[in-house]
Amino acid sequence: MKKILILFAHPKFEHSDIQARLLASIAGLENILVRDLYELYPDFQIDVQKEQEAIFEADVLVWQHPIYWYSCPPLLKQWIDLVLEFGWAYGKSGIYLKDKYIFNAVSSGGSAEVYSTTGRNRYTLEEFLRPFEQTAYLCNMRYLKPFHLAGTHNIPKEELDRKAMEYRNFLLKLRDEPIEEPFIQKP
Amino acid sequence: MTGFLFSAIVFISAAILFVPLAKKLGMGSVLGYLIAGIVIGPYIFGFIESGNQGQDIMHTTEFGVVIMLFLIGMELEPKNLWKMRDLIFRIGLTQILVTAALIFAIMLALGISWNIAVAVSLSMALSSTAIVLSSLKEKNQMGSPVGKMSFGVLLMQDIAVIPILAVIPLLAITGGEISSADAHGADSFIETLPTWAQTLSIFLAIGLVVLIGRFGFGPLLKWVSKTHLRELFTASALLIVFGISWLMQLVGLSPALGAFIAGVILANSPYRHALESDLEPFKGLLLGLFFMAVGATINFELIQKQPINIISIALGIILIKGLVLFGLGKFKKLNLGQNLSFALGLAQVSEFSFVTYSFAIQFDVIDQELSDLLMAITALTMAFTPILSVLMDKLVVGKLEQEVIDSDQKMDDIHEKNQVILLGFGNFGSTVGRFLRANGVEATILDYDPERIEFLRKLGFRVYFGDGTQINVLETAGASEAKILISTLDDPNQNILVAEICKEHFPHLDLLVRAKTRSDAYELLEKDIQNIYREQLDTSIRMGEDVLKKLGFRAHTMHRLAAQFKKYDEESLKILVNFKNDQKEYLSTAKQHIEQQESILSGELSKKFSLNDYAWDSEQLKSENSDKK
Repeated sequence: MKKILILFAHPKFEHSDIQARLLASIAGLENILVRDLYELYPDFQIDVQKEQEAIFEADVLVWQHPIYWYSCPPLLKQWIDLVLEFGWAYGKSGIYLKDKYIFNAVSSGGSAEVYSTTGRNRYTLEEFLRPFEQTAYLCNMRYLKPFHLAGTHNIPKEELDRKAMEYRNFLLKLRDEPIEEPFIQKP
Repeated sequence: MTGFLFSAIVFISAAILFVPLAKKLGMGSVLGYLIAGIVIGPYIFGFIESGNQGQDIMHTTEFGVVIMLFLIGMELEPKNLWKMRDLIFRIGLTQILVTAALIFAIMLALGISWNIAVAVSLSMALSSTAIVLSSLKEKNQMGSPVGKMSFGVLLMQDIAVIPILAVIPLLAITGGEISSADAHGADSFIETLPTWAQTLSIFLAIGLVVLIGRFGFGPLLKWVSKTHLRELFTASALLIVFGISWLMQLVGLSPALGAFIAGVILANSPYRHALESDLEPFKGLLLGLFFMAVGATINFELIQKQPINIISIALGIILIKGLVLFGLGKFKKLNLGQNLSFALGLAQVSEFSFVTYSFAIQFDVIDQELSDLLMAITALTMAFTPILSVLMDKLVVGKLEQEVIDSDQKMDDIHEKNQVILLGFGNFGSTVGRFLRANGVEATILDYDPERIEFLRKLGFRVYFGDGTQINVLETAGASEAKILISTLDDPNQNILVAEICKEHFPHLDLLVRAKTRSDAYELLEKDIQNIYREQLDTSIRMGEDVLKKLGFRAHTMHRLAAQFKKYDEESLKILVNFKNDQKEYLSTAKQHIEQQESILSGELSKKFSLNDYAWDSEQLKSENSDKK
């Protein structure tokens, strides 16, 4: 059984329906750990060593967050800036992330159609998430396809429940079975 | 027309009239005092009688020089003094010997007997500590290369006084029927001792000064400062200087030198700034009187009889001394501008020579007439050099100096002048101080609790004893040069007082002031203080933030709202201070306080404060999107 670490970033989780539903679906599962970054570091003073220790334990990492302005909330960017240190995450002696799996689990107000070359946002979600992909690439990680919950502004309850279940099952599969999904990794 | 009060009025009025005038004309205070002395002296208004009155005043007020050297000593740490050894012994000694040799040779050539020539040339080689150091301090040049060189030379001259006084009796041709103890005037007992005992007692005396300075003064001042009686502290400061002078005189050493040594030992003392600010006025007054006395002793009658002779001798001596000094300046690689002000600054004859002349008369080395002549010449050199310096500054140095100013400032390592002054080092101030220090910023720290100072010094903080509500204490702590003053005294009224003083006397200072309550903050706001730190504000809001988190509110949201609440509270303070003014006449302070609290608690501003937080709210976005569909 692999260990999954969810790095969760939501600046106002108390107003959240979508992300709250996603987290609720995986609550209490064995070996699936959530680090609620905005609760841990309300003043943005990230404890780098603690974060690195937590990552060290995990086999699969998840950047879970709502999409704001085509990117992640600022604390997650801060987390990447500080925790993924040279000499630890990348560089010659930066071997601690090697071969770990990672992906973005995001929600967006815009629908799946909006995130396409013909849609209003003009680019696909994968393209918007390139910086994350490349970050994982540089750190010798295995970047999986993002999990996307789209169109949250007017999502029916049944659809939300279905997606939450899908998320839960996906994580369980990653946890329990050998991973056969395609991924991107530095050769 | 005598009597103490009348004399005091004459002296002070003359000083008040002429010193500011001289300063306005860019001549420095020394020249102002000299002119005042000439004016009230025997040849113009005659308030001071001709004869010995001027000299008596001069001898009495010479004590100003002693205090001055004590104060200068305190600004020099022993390790800095050690760095100056080359200046003191090589440059200083060369200056004395070469100058004396030149004057001696010229006098011999003029057919003056050798013993007179020795006595006169040695006396004339010395420069006036009082004039030179006063002008350097006034021009703020003590830390500059010129200041350091001048100081090194003067220090050597002070040491040289001892052998010179020892040599003069040996020059007596008629043999000394007068006992040397009488001649000295002071109660110097050691001259009756054999030479080895004299040397021994000199070393013993210096050793005693060092020992008392190390272990005696600190406890004494601590004991006195605990009484919180300011005048007693001032008295103790004077006691220290008097005591050392007496001890030095006892063994025949220069009191100024002893005071200087004691000063150096106290350079690291927490009481340094307090001693400085207490002794400074005495020094100033005594030196002022001293300069006036010098002006008054200039014998114009004598000068009138042979004006060309005397003036040309005076100028000649300035020239010789100046040339020797210029050569030394050249050797130490001073640039032209620096060298000129160094050479000319030290070119006058020392006030000490008045002592040697009268000493020499007592041993019949010179007669009264020659002594009068020499005194006139000495006084003239004292009057000429400041005038020449002013001319030099105006005409030559001013132009040259422009380029040098920068390098001068960098060399200023004698003084401990920090950018930040921190008043009060209790719980509040010490936290500020520790944080500053953690970031490599050293502050000049003042506190008035002797116990606390002692404890903090053991922890390695350089805390000084001093009452920050005194202008002169702030001045000696470097308020004129500092950028920021932090007042974290425990008593809010004292902080307000400090703020008032600084606003008035040091308007350039950025003030950061601790306040206890809202009403303290109001008072500070009314004094136009912008940086006010209410001591409970941050902590209590942080506590509230933690309570809300424990109740299940999200940490980051509470953090943001706490920051906003603090901002709101500080802004409302600035609004409510006006409200306070309107109500001032109608309400008692207590009622006023309650009213203000109520207006804050129930005020429109704080109502629904947190509910109006729309950050990351997507409701409007959602409704607009659904409208589109």
